[in-house]
Amino acid sequence: IMQWGGGIFVGPGNAKRLMLGVKSGVLSSSVEQKIYVELNETVPCVRLLNATHQIGCQSSISGDTGVLHVLETESDLDWILSSGPHPPYMVIMETLMCFSCRSVMMRMKNSSRVAGVAVIISKTGLADNFSPHTTCPNQNTGVYSASYGSDLANCNVTAWNPLGNGLSYEDFAFPVFALKDENQTRVIRKCYEDHNLRVNGSAPQYPLCAMQLFSHMHAATDTVTCMRRTDLQNRFSINPEVLCDPLSDFNVWTSTRPLNNSAKGHAANESVVIAATRLDGRSFFWEQAPSAEGTVSGIVTLLATIQALHPVTQEAPPPHNIFFSFFQGEAFDYIGSSKMVYDMERNDFVIDLNNVHSMLEIGQVGLRSGRSLWMHSDPVSRQNKSVDIEVSEEERKLSLFSHALSLDQPSVSQPLPPSSFQRFLRVRGIPGLVLADHNTSFNNRYYESLYDDAENLNVTYPPDLSPDEQLVYETDAAKSLAEVATLVARSLYIQAGGDENNLNNITADPKIVSHTTSSGPPQFYIGLGPRIHGPVHSVTRFVQYILANLTGTVTNLTESQCQNPSEINTENKDLFSYFWVSGPASLNSTGEPFCVRASVRLSKAVSPAFELLEYGSPNYSTWTESRWKSIQARIFLVASRELEMLTLGVGVAVLLLSLLVTYFISSKAELLFSSARETPTTTY
Amino acid sequence: MTVAVFFGCTFIAFGPAVALFLFTIARDPLRVIFLIAGAFFWLVSLLLSSLVWFITVQISNKNSAAQQRGLLIFGVVLSVLLQEAFRYGYYRLLKKANEGLLALSQEDTMPISMRQLAYVSGLGFGFMSGAFSVVNILSDSLGPGTVGIHGDSQHYFISSAFMTLAIILLHMFWGVVFFESCERQRWWALGAVVISHLVVSCLTFVNPHYQGSLVPTYIILSVMAAWAYLCAGGSLRNLKLCLTCKDKDFLLANHRPR
Repeated sequence: IMQWGGGIFVGPGNAKRLMLGVKSGVLSSSVEQKIYVELNETVPCVRLLNATHQIGCQSSISGDTGVLHVLETESDLDWILSSGPHPPYMVIMETLMCFSCRSVMMRMKNSSRVAGVAVIISKTGLADNFSPHTTCPNQNTGVYSASYGSDLANCNVTAWNPLGNGLSYEDFAFPVFALKDENQTRVIRKCYEDHNLRVNGSAPQYPLCAMQLFSHMHAATDTVTCMRRTDLQNRFSINPEVLCDPLSDFNVWTSTRPLNNSAKGHAANESVVIAATRLDGRSFFWEQAPSAEGTVSGIVTLLATIQALHPVTQEAPPPHNIFFSFFQGEAFDYIGSSKMVYDMERNDFVIDLNNVHSMLEIGQVGLRSGRSLWMHSDPVSRQNKSVDIEVSEEERKLSLFSHALSLDQPSVSQPLPPSSFQRFLRVRGIPGLVLADHNTSFNNRYYESLYDDAENLNVTYPPDLSPDEQLVYETDAAKSLAEVATLVARSLYIQAGGDENNLNNITADPKIVSHTTSSGPPQFYIGLGPRIHGPVHSVTRFVQYILANLTGTVTNLTESQCQNPSEINTENKDLFSYFWVSGPASLNSTGEPFCVRASVRLSKAVSPAFELLEYGSPNYSTWTESRWKSIQARIFLVASRELEMLTLGVGVAVLLLSLLVTYFISSKAELLFSSARETPTTTY
Repeated sequence: MTVAVFFGCTFIAFGPAVALFLFTIARDPLRVIFLIAGAFFWLVSLLLSSLVWFITVQISNKNSAAQQRGLLIFGVVLSVLLQEAFRYGYYRLLKKANEGLLALSQEDTMPISMRQLAYVSGLGFGFMSGAFSVVNILSDSLGPGTVGIHGDSQHYFISSAFMTLAIILLHMFWGVVFFESCERQRWWALGAVVISHLVVSCLTFVNPHYQGSLVPTYIILSVMAAWAYLCAGGSLRNLKLCLTCKDKDFLLANHRPR
């Protein structure tokens, strides 16, 4: 027999494999390739921790293996949980949209016969609604508590997300993965159909198709414990290992009149109107958050507003400054807005709360049924007469421009929906409004889930458009958002005290809306910093650069001047930030790079709890994400236990037999090998 | 598949070799040394043959399956011939070493006979060859999966283990016959060894029809075992005596002073 370099045995069946291995040019272990099929393009559910709980999923350190079984009916669930003869099972669900998903997942959570869940994400069979978020988002870190509007707290009056089943906030002891690649789900289906199908109701025979999922998380229990253990590691270990990281990124802010970034604290003679929206979303799985209605609608509307306002505010600046802010991390107990408010309180921001005149927040505005828009306000702060007057004034100004829209206050007296404005109210009774497309509960049936995507927003194109044409095509969704943006822009201008005569020039362009909705789909999960491609999340960068494009001016600085503008006396690094951007990509060539000056800034969005080192704080967000070593999934066949034991038995028998025979032969060696031909001088 | 299969296959593949080592070689340091030297010689032959194969694969057309298969067959044949060449080289080296050992040793008699050297060197070749055959497969058998998702036979591990067992024992028998035929200048026997080695190697191309490769291999194994037994000084009569336990009388009879 021969062996090749590298120890590849051209033994049973390996000749073909070796040729394949050689063909691909990769001489990896070809035996491993015969056994396992690695699944790429998988998305895990990871563990997140806050001050008191852990949520998400966890696998054991050497992966969880289970025999595949597809869950489609109740009898499948019985098979998995009680009657199937080959536990533990790896459950395959076609989508996460099972009919009574929470009860199914809860029953599996408590069973020891479930090794994990693999969800095949597809659009077919999409149920009418699915939201893994809670029914009352951010209920403990908003403004309503036992001491402030106690009858309004905890969604007593309105359940904002009544379709929510809270799965994202459960703790699963097995891994849950999402499979998105069509080719791989086909492989899995084929393996299942070949080996695991039940014939005539009887159990399938070995060998069976199985899957192994690796997603071992290092952090456990809660943030306090995890941070304590990390501190211990940092102090006493030679090679410290961090177990979890706080969720953090950056807020993006800009203003119509530039603010001096180096002067922190109260800004003299500044009274700003804040226009805000959120920048992030989440779903059950890691780094997956299309959040079209939940987040993108707000971002796009605010960007269109800024673009519409820019020319007028340069020509005829209103008395009040308008401060635009995109808050990151709002899904996780208002990370970005709580940090900004905290900084304002401690005089660590360009403005403070005394500078704030009023606030307008853009919530979910993409699903306006029948062209209606709602202005939500806080009833508790409106009990104060002066605040009430201001808020009513704001509402009136908004209503001035609602020609094409039907703008209204909510029909019942109810609290504010979950919004960044609540964090401002916690500190001071600022007059403000939250604009939304829903009267009471959300119109969004897929709030904070994988399915809140462009289809949810009804972004549809005529079938025969090229991608370039799609980029500029004005969809109905784009036009709708542009209407909202026009309304917001005009009312902000008036709210800031601008001249009514200039209003006709303020119109949002649906094209800018189309541009931003058709590119992507980007994922809006806040994640952690620093990241692989830079310290800032890609979406944050994206918004920052779009803002710079919309509101900035092109200068003729060179690259080194652009990066160090303090040396030039016409440029002011305190008032502006400078971006070196490459030119527009066109058919002929990519343009020349140039320097853009804009008053767009990033501000750190990390929860104040981590700066104060109060990891169990009930007032601020304490969300952290666990670290892990490897996330992978693979499928293979498993043999029956009997066959394995048989192999072991045969091995032991061969060993014992050979020991006996050898002992026998060696003790009788003189006799066995003595022969007349033996020379007498040899010894044994 | 799991730890059970790992241990099962390890015991199957290396059981007899380990038993032989424990009972016949481990006590004598000189035998251990020659065993390791034999293993080393086999390793060098593998290195050379894999170098040649690697170079030819690099310069070949990677997309042509027929050419790759041809290269594989060429590689098999080359490797077998190189192994036997190195076995011959080891034989010549041992011959020279024997003279030197005799000169150095205090006693008149040689500390180790050529027959024992044949056996030990064959076993050394077998150990190393078995290790390279099967260790790769054993490490993959530790995982939770078994072969078969792409349609291969499920009996891959156990067949590899039995094949390895056969190979190790065959190397030992080939060593004995080879050295004996070199001593007696019986070149036809030498040729027979080389040819049987080639046959066994080429039988693996029949895989995954494991019956087609394992059964003939074990037949060749029994034939070589018998031949080696005869070469090593055994005879049918001795075997019968041994098995019917008439050995005591025989030995006493043999040691009667003449």
